[in-house]
Amino acid sequence: MFIVIGIMFAGIGTGFLLRNRKLPGLSQLTMVLIWLLLFLLGLEVGHNEALIRNLHALGLEAFVLAIAGVLGSVIAARLLWVYLYRRKGAKR
Amino acid sequence: MKGSLIIVSFFLLGTLCGISDLIPESLTSGQLSFYALCALMFSVGISIGHSPDTLKSFRALNPRLGLLPVLTIVGTLAGVAAAWLVLPGRSLTDCLAIGSGFGYYSLSSIFITTYKGAELGTVALLSNIFRELITLIGAPLLVRWFGSLAPISAGGATTMDTTLPIITRYSGHEFVIVSLFHGFVVDFSVPFLVTFFCSLG
Repeated sequence: MFIVIGIMFAGIGTGFLLRNRKLPGLSQLTMVLIWLLLFLLGLEVGHNEALIRNLHALGLEAFVLAIAGVLGSVIAARLLWVYLYRRKGAKR
Repeated sequence: MKGSLIIVSFFLLGTLCGISDLIPESLTSGQLSFYALCALMFSVGISIGHSPDTLKSFRALNPRLGLLPVLTIVGTLAGVAAAWLVLPGRSLTDCLAIGSGFGYYSLSSIFITTYKGAELGTVALLSNIFRELITLIGAPLLVRWFGSLAPISAGGATTMDTTLPIITRYSGHEFVIVSLFHGFVVDFSVPFLVTFFCSLG
């Protein structure tokens, strides 16, 4: 976890040193890595037989909980967003 | 939207390859994901460091945004408590324990499997995978409907690694520090909150 954060800071340093150069293909590389990680996540799920067998029932339940959790948190985030915007005029 | 569909396609393709045993399991048990994540974070870092103007904006970060992790936690727990009302056969504490994963599916499902058994552990795994997927797919819509902080709250514990690239893309580079701080705090709360709610039930 901290290794990953450390690597990102190393990237920030590298990017800063290269700030006067154009870096074509960087955002494409980022997208390809996201695709690879999602593919590997799917692979892990697909290999788990017990999980696949009960997927329909457990999956629906899991989905309801995920949607509810996301909705609750984004409504809370909206409240903070509105509160900050009204007080300081969108100071970030 | 096209980008999100491609992401889901890769996830589904991976699932199908897993079911059909087309690709050996050793690929997932190895270090490949970790190295891919490291490479991802390095390229995200480069894109941040490459634009010093973005770094300057971090200094002007509103300290009140430090409240965001608390709102994420409270909002999530309120949301899953509401979901408990429509889910028969699950206790309130079970729902709260699953919600307390905040997208951190690996750790939370291991904890819940240990305390509550494999079935609830599986629900926790799926629910938190869904949370990460919803954030990855829904980020542009969440920004439009609930403001730029919404993908960060939705991302929960994942906002300092896996969902950070998407957040940077749709909320903007100026939210990277908030996102890292948020991910750190929420991530840290996962083992404590999951254990707490499992011990109550």
